[in-house]
Amino acid sequence: MVRVEKGTSVVNTRRKFAAVGVVAAAALMLSACAGSASNGGGSSAAPSTSGGGASTAACPATPVQIAENPWVGYSADVAVVDYVLRTKLNCQTKISKVDEQVSWQGFASGQIDVILENWGHEDLAKKYITDQKVATDLGTDGNQGVIGWYVPKWMADKYPDITDWNNLNKYADLFKTAESGDKGQLLDGDPSYVTNDEALVKNLKLNYVVKYAGSEAGLITALQTATEKKTPLLMYFYEPQWALAKYPVAQVKLPAYTAGCDADAKAVACDYPPYALNKVARTAFIDAGGPAANLIKNFQWTNDDQNQVAAAIQGGATYDDAAKAWVDANPDKVAAWTAGG
Amino acid sequence: MATLTAEPQLEPQRRIVPPPKKSRLGWQLLGVLVTWVVLWRVFGGQWTLESGVPSTIQDWLQSFVSNLGIVSFTQPIIAVLNALYNGGVWLTQQLGWTGMIGLCSALALIVAGWRMALLTIVGMLSFGVLGLWEPSMETLVLVAITVLLAILIGIPLGIACGLSTRFERFLMPVLDTLQIMPSFAYLPIVTLFFLIGPPSGIVASLIYAVPPTIRLTSVGIRQVASASVEAAESLGATSRQVLRDVQLPMSRRTRVVGINQTVMAALSMITIAALVATPGLGQSVLGSLQILDIGGALNSGLAIVVMAIVLDRVISAASNRAGEIAPSKRSRYTVWAVAAALIVAGVILPVIVPSSAKWNAAWTHSIADSVNSATPWLKDHLYPFTTAMTEWITVWVINPLESLLTDTPWFMVIAVWAVLALLVGKYRTAITVGLCLIGCVLLGLWPDSMVTLTQVIIAAAFTMVLGLLIGTWIGRSQTADRVWRPILDAGQVMPPFVYLVPCLALFGPTRFTAIVAAIIYAAPAAIKIVGEGISTVPTNTIEASRSAGATSTQEILKVQIPMARPIIMVALNQGVIYVMAMVVVGGLVGGGGLGYDVVKGFSQERFAGIGLAAGIAIVLLGVMLDRISQSAGRVRRTSSDVR
Repeated sequence: MVRVEKGTSVVNTRRKFAAVGVVAAAALMLSACAGSASNGGGSSAAPSTSGGGASTAACPATPVQIAENPWVGYSADVAVVDYVLRTKLNCQTKISKVDEQVSWQGFASGQIDVILENWGHEDLAKKYITDQKVATDLGTDGNQGVIGWYVPKWMADKYPDITDWNNLNKYADLFKTAESGDKGQLLDGDPSYVTNDEALVKNLKLNYVVKYAGSEAGLITALQTATEKKTPLLMYFYEPQWALAKYPVAQVKLPAYTAGCDADAKAVACDYPPYALNKVARTAFIDAGGPAANLIKNFQWTNDDQNQVAAAIQGGATYDDAAKAWVDANPDKVAAWTAGG
Repeated sequence: MATLTAEPQLEPQRRIVPPPKKSRLGWQLLGVLVTWVVLWRVFGGQWTLESGVPSTIQDWLQSFVSNLGIVSFTQPIIAVLNALYNGGVWLTQQLGWTGMIGLCSALALIVAGWRMALLTIVGMLSFGVLGLWEPSMETLVLVAITVLLAILIGIPLGIACGLSTRFERFLMPVLDTLQIMPSFAYLPIVTLFFLIGPPSGIVASLIYAVPPTIRLTSVGIRQVASASVEAAESLGATSRQVLRDVQLPMSRRTRVVGINQTVMAALSMITIAALVATPGLGQSVLGSLQILDIGGALNSGLAIVVMAIVLDRVISAASNRAGEIAPSKRSRYTVWAVAAALIVAGVILPVIVPSSAKWNAAWTHSIADSVNSATPWLKDHLYPFTTAMTEWITVWVINPLESLLTDTPWFMVIAVWAVLALLVGKYRTAITVGLCLIGCVLLGLWPDSMVTLTQVIIAAAFTMVLGLLIGTWIGRSQTADRVWRPILDAGQVMPPFVYLVPCLALFGPTRFTAIVAAIIYAAPAAIKIVGEGISTVPTNTIEASRSAGATSTQEILKVQIPMARPIIMVALNQGVIYVMAMVVVGGLVGGGGLGYDVVKGFSQERFAGIGLAAGIAIVLLGVMLDRISQSAGRVRRTSSDVR
């Protein structure tokens, strides 16, 4: 009995699968006819990035491949560079949302042409620029990176001397949480960045313990809560960063940075160095020249510029709208980027 | 969707062996715990490996990753995967939204019936309404390719496992590893082989999604009654004929359950693969996460949930229909005619009514804005309660248990766990547990492993409490089942990135947040399995107890739960495995421990060694907890009956 029943169902199934194939093929043929008909109506979703021959200077034959690393400041760089490439230079672009480490891999595989805002990464620079010679450092993008310790602004107003590390032990009780036990909590978090904080806490003899939020989202949410609910917070953070426009902070002064004071990771007792954020490009892409490579070589703007565009993106504007607003307002800067191509 | 099946053959005997006398086991466990606490009081703070031990394994992994270059032998595979992906997307673009809905609903109609065709239409329309048609189609294409490959690879391997016990013994640990190993740990390596973009996404999803198909194909073949096989053999059938005409047809339903699990797993992984530039809905989720746009993330998450539910229901309905009597010829012709009409209508419509060719923006109603306007209010009202709860649980539960695990000398902790394993299992369980923990020491990650173990234990406990409470409820009431099921489905397939930000806003970046995230993901599976167990207790048993005058509390505690005990132990096992799968997400929200190590390794190449080592440590902890909970169950697990 069972066997007979199963048997018929198998036949059914086989027929069904054959039928499904026929159905799919029919659908394809139909759509091919209909597709060609509807193309005339401009309704097809065919690729729309064709650069066309409008531009005199030659764009690369393939799209310019821009890495988009996961923070909004970087997205602002991408929005503007992408917008200028497409609208002013008629180049095609391809944006890949990837993490930093994976972006660098892209130089070797030929899948990434440019990183617009690189934070340090000496190990990757050595591997891909010095050793493999597949990437080239294009110098600063104009943005200044700052890493440090911050408190929400209301705390600096209420306890003016809290912004000096010498006084942190005095306030350790404020920063106690269930996570940190009987010590104050220093909230670290984004695993993409280097932190010396455990060594700093130890070497500066601070009565604190480092806890890891684990993600940028974790840090920003903590800052948001600390600002809105007026709860104490001491955190590792960085600029440029869109959240700072929304949730004002004050930076805590650490012992001044001097060249080489952070050489021994275990003995660090000084502030983080200032980061000149730089652009890195695939060597073959830059060597080929052309207007796109020229634009990327020339691209530079300030933290304020970036924050404007980032705030617009964070507020819900599309990349193109955010970029267009800034580009229209800053024609001279854009002209300087495209000059000499 | 991680499901482990080990040692499936020795069970029949075991099941007959009565469980050890409960009271004695209870006292023994209590004795071990008391000893542990005493040891902790006396030796606490010594030999904790706090400062870390140099690990040659970590160094080796680091240099392995640093020296890996871009490889070239994968070029043909990359080309094929890219061609498949681009072809699929091209097809969806050619068909347009009307054509795709026509085609998909026609397929659903043929394999699963009228109601499923309707569900497909409604579900796919909702992609458009949420404003996510294109990313949804990209995700759909990626899932389709992944599942196709999983079937091509998984079914032959599953058949081999089903026929050869030796092969199964060899393959099962591999599958365990594939399912528990966090994808964060291997994504950067996958990209070295398959470059960034769709191919890496497909390969990563395949790694994670193929095990259920293999496992259930194998289980299905083994479940075919030996009488049927013997009957066929006595009629002179060759082993190939037995496979083709008896074992494969009779195990079809189990196999489809496996494919269903594979679909769900592929869908959940393809969103995480957005981290390596895989297109689709995952990108929308990640984009929203960056700007803490809770509404936007939930909007994209909802599209993923809808896709998962439609796929799940259609596939389940298709497999249930397999056993039914074939429909009459006439009704079959009707189905065909309607299916053809659906496709023709979908394809022709844009030609006749040009305005319908593109999805009209006026039909789009993203839920993002309404969610975003509701969140501040919710946060204001829930925050005092959630912070108090976080504080209380951290101080009274997490901190003491973590101290017990991290401050007791490491070799004593290992000894205690080995003894526990011996009490609930056999000497082999104890050896496995001991080796797994020694592995964590050798990887140089002992304190982090114990931090993670603490959170896993607590999350699993909460998961089981929820599983028993809600599971009993839905097992006893059809109405409750109908109300809860969509919520449970959503909890299982909603990408964790979606609820990360709300959890952070309510609970802050703490270890408890990591536990909450794990519960959201793991509890649905436990609840479903418990519900299944309770509802399958034979009705005549329940009626007997009622006629003996049992109250409904007695009925639950004395009849239903004890009778469903074997399945409840499966729920515990699956709950633990699901919790393990969320360790890395926990690292993203303040959990620290191994999860944070893995994320760090993903983000910075200089930490790749520790990241991989932490991934391996997570696998070791997963294997250890799996073996312990399996022994505690002392029951053959018919793996993933989760859905």
